[in-house]
Amino acid sequence: MSRIESTMQALAAQGRQALIPFITAGDPNPGVTVGLMHALVDGGADIIELGVPFSDPMADGPVIQRASERALAHRVSLRHVLAMTAEFRKTDSKTPVVLMGYANPVEAMGYETFAKAAVEAGVDGVLTVDLPPEEAEECAAILKTHGIDLIFLLAPTTPPSRLQAVQRLARGYVYYVSLKGVTGAAHLDVDSVAAKLLELRKYISLPIGVGFGIRDAETARRVAGVADAVVIGSRLVQEVEAGEDGLAERLNSFIKGVRSAMDTARA
Amino acid sequence: MQLQQPSHRLPSENVMNEPLRYHQPDVRGHFGQHGGIYVAETLMPALDELRVEYEKAIADPDFMAEYRYELKHYVGRPSPVYHAKRWSEQLGGAQIYLKREDLNHTGAHKVNNTIGQALLARRMGKKRVIAETGAGQHGVASATVAARYGLECVVYMGAEDVARQSPNVYRMKLLGATVVPVSSGSKTLKDAMNEAMRDWVTNVDSTYYIIGTCAGPHPYPMLVRDFQCVIGEEAKVQMVDLVGRQPDAVIACVGGGSNAIGIFHPYVDVPGVRLIGVEAGGDGLDTGRHAAPLTAGAKPGVLHGNRTYLMQDEDGQIIETHSISAGLDYPGVGPEHSFLKDIGRAEYVAATDKEALQAFHDLCRFEGIIPALESSHALAYAARLAPTLPKDQVLLVNLSGRGDKDIPTIAKLDGIQL
Ligand SMILES: Cc1ncc(COP(=O)(O)O)c(C=O)c1O
Repeated sequence: MSRIESTMQALAAQGRQALIPFITAGDPNPGVTVGLMHALVDGGADIIELGVPFSDPMADGPVIQRASERALAHRVSLRHVLAMTAEFRKTDSKTPVVLMGYANPVEAMGYETFAKAAVEAGVDGVLTVDLPPEEAEECAAILKTHGIDLIFLLAPTTPPSRLQAVQRLARGYVYYVSLKGVTGAAHLDVDSVAAKLLELRKYISLPIGVGFGIRDAETARRVAGVADAVVIGSRLVQEVEAGEDGLAERLNSFIKGVRSAMDTARA
Repeated sequence: MQLQQPSHRLPSENVMNEPLRYHQPDVRGHFGQHGGIYVAETLMPALDELRVEYEKAIADPDFMAEYRYELKHYVGRPSPVYHAKRWSEQLGGAQIYLKREDLNHTGAHKVNNTIGQALLARRMGKKRVIAETGAGQHGVASATVAARYGLECVVYMGAEDVARQSPNVYRMKLLGATVVPVSSGSKTLKDAMNEAMRDWVTNVDSTYYIIGTCAGPHPYPMLVRDFQCVIGEEAKVQMVDLVGRQPDAVIACVGGGSNAIGIFHPYVDVPGVRLIGVEAGGDGLDTGRHAAPLTAGAKPGVLHGNRTYLMQDEDGQIIETHSISAGLDYPGVGPEHSFLKDIGRAEYVAATDKEALQAFHDLCRFEGIIPALESSHALAYAARLAPTLPKDQVLLVNLSGRGDKDIPTIAKLDGIQL
């Protein structure tokens, strides 16, 4: 069983939902990332999504674009993100790490080389925004051989006809993008998310996480009432952007607030 | 099952139509190892819908009749082929013929595509169109057809290009479009395309994205090619009228590659016709400051929805490109060109900024034609090739656009304040 699966199963057994924070690796500089990951775990994160900086982040809004640019200014790339994960693993063997980014850095490294390096570094899952199931057969097969979960996005526009392909290739969890747009866009509408999740669950047996537009504890609590996992990204990256002073503490206390709100969700 | 060759279905007046052996892309938009659909999930259904609607549209005689009517009466097609006699004599070798896309309404080949896509947008009930632009020619062509068909139009343009192509920015505004300068990344065409994609993913229900070149996710590389093939279809007839045979080589500049694929594609199955794409050599390939992925031997990668040869560093980050011409300043190339390179059917070369400028001035002085800086790259290679060939050889150069938009750039290089 993969680390993501066992994490999800343990949470489900307790009637709780996963809290999945996202930060961009190397933002604002490569030195801080591992410390921030630990601070997030300490605050109650169950899985960490670590953004791999890319020069052309087409699916991201201005906040995560700027995070990518700050990291790239230090030339942080996939190789460094793997090294950061390995560093994190030295003191945390329990919390799954999912790399989130775009296809080209993985393509450039080569699927096989990447998969091996990722296993070695202790990476558990990979989410490439611009690799839909239609183009993912080869990548999915190689990652599967190495025991790495390939995580797919689902969107409000996804028709039932596409869900079977996702169900067949996806592992770990699937990530439902709550709105049509880029990261950091406006608030999500919990009722329409709830309705869509009912439809998705007819086809998708994996846990379903929801992200895009979750910016506060209250929204996280309400989403946790309908989803299996809550993903928070731009809100945290904004915190990083606000400056390095007390950053780990700020992220830690924000996540603590979200965690305690979520744990009252289905109480 | 393979899809029918859509361009083959675009009815042409070409009397020489041979059976088409070349048959690309496959059903999912692959040209060999290139092409495909690499976008975020939200856009997948929209691309599927676009493909279905496109297939229906080109099978609909009314749609095709309107497209052809617009090309004739609004764009002014067919564009002539012109024998550049004085310049050919000056170069002292092969005869150079120019396919005059510069004479189209709006001044470039771009309008062939925007008319087709705007008609498609209207048919799909979309009231708002968006576009990315480099030189501004595609932005102008999009703004033009949006005005023509009463659609709202937003054009994304890199901040650097807004500065160097100011006449076109104002032209778009006159036509009623909103021009949004893009300040992320390298502030050029690729960043404009990123921003257009972000707009599309946000407004996908109401908005049609008019991609300006034969790149992007399937079906764009196919449909842009099909709408641009009118260039080559006409040329095949015109060359026979003019010289009694097909040219020995067809030469076109390659940014994303739409003008080139438009003139190449109808010739792919014609034996003996060399197809030569000219990329932007910038300061020279050895300086690293260029926009010539095919010539420089770049590795394949994934950007803007397709796999293709791509200028990137060893970490897979996209490299900033350089060209004097905004329309060629792009790190990738349409996937069909990558494929034509792989199968050896087309050759790709580069012309530097300096060579393009020389050709620009020569065409002004010897032929009384002010070419676009993009097209000047094709001219520059023709000028290099012609003197090496006998006088009875024929080179057909796609003069993809006129140079009015570049006059401020040229004047500045000459130290003249307009
Ligand atoms: C006149 C002209 N030629 C060529 C190009 C390059 O585009 P493509 O390679 O798609 O023809 C442009 C792009 O702006 C252009 O304006």
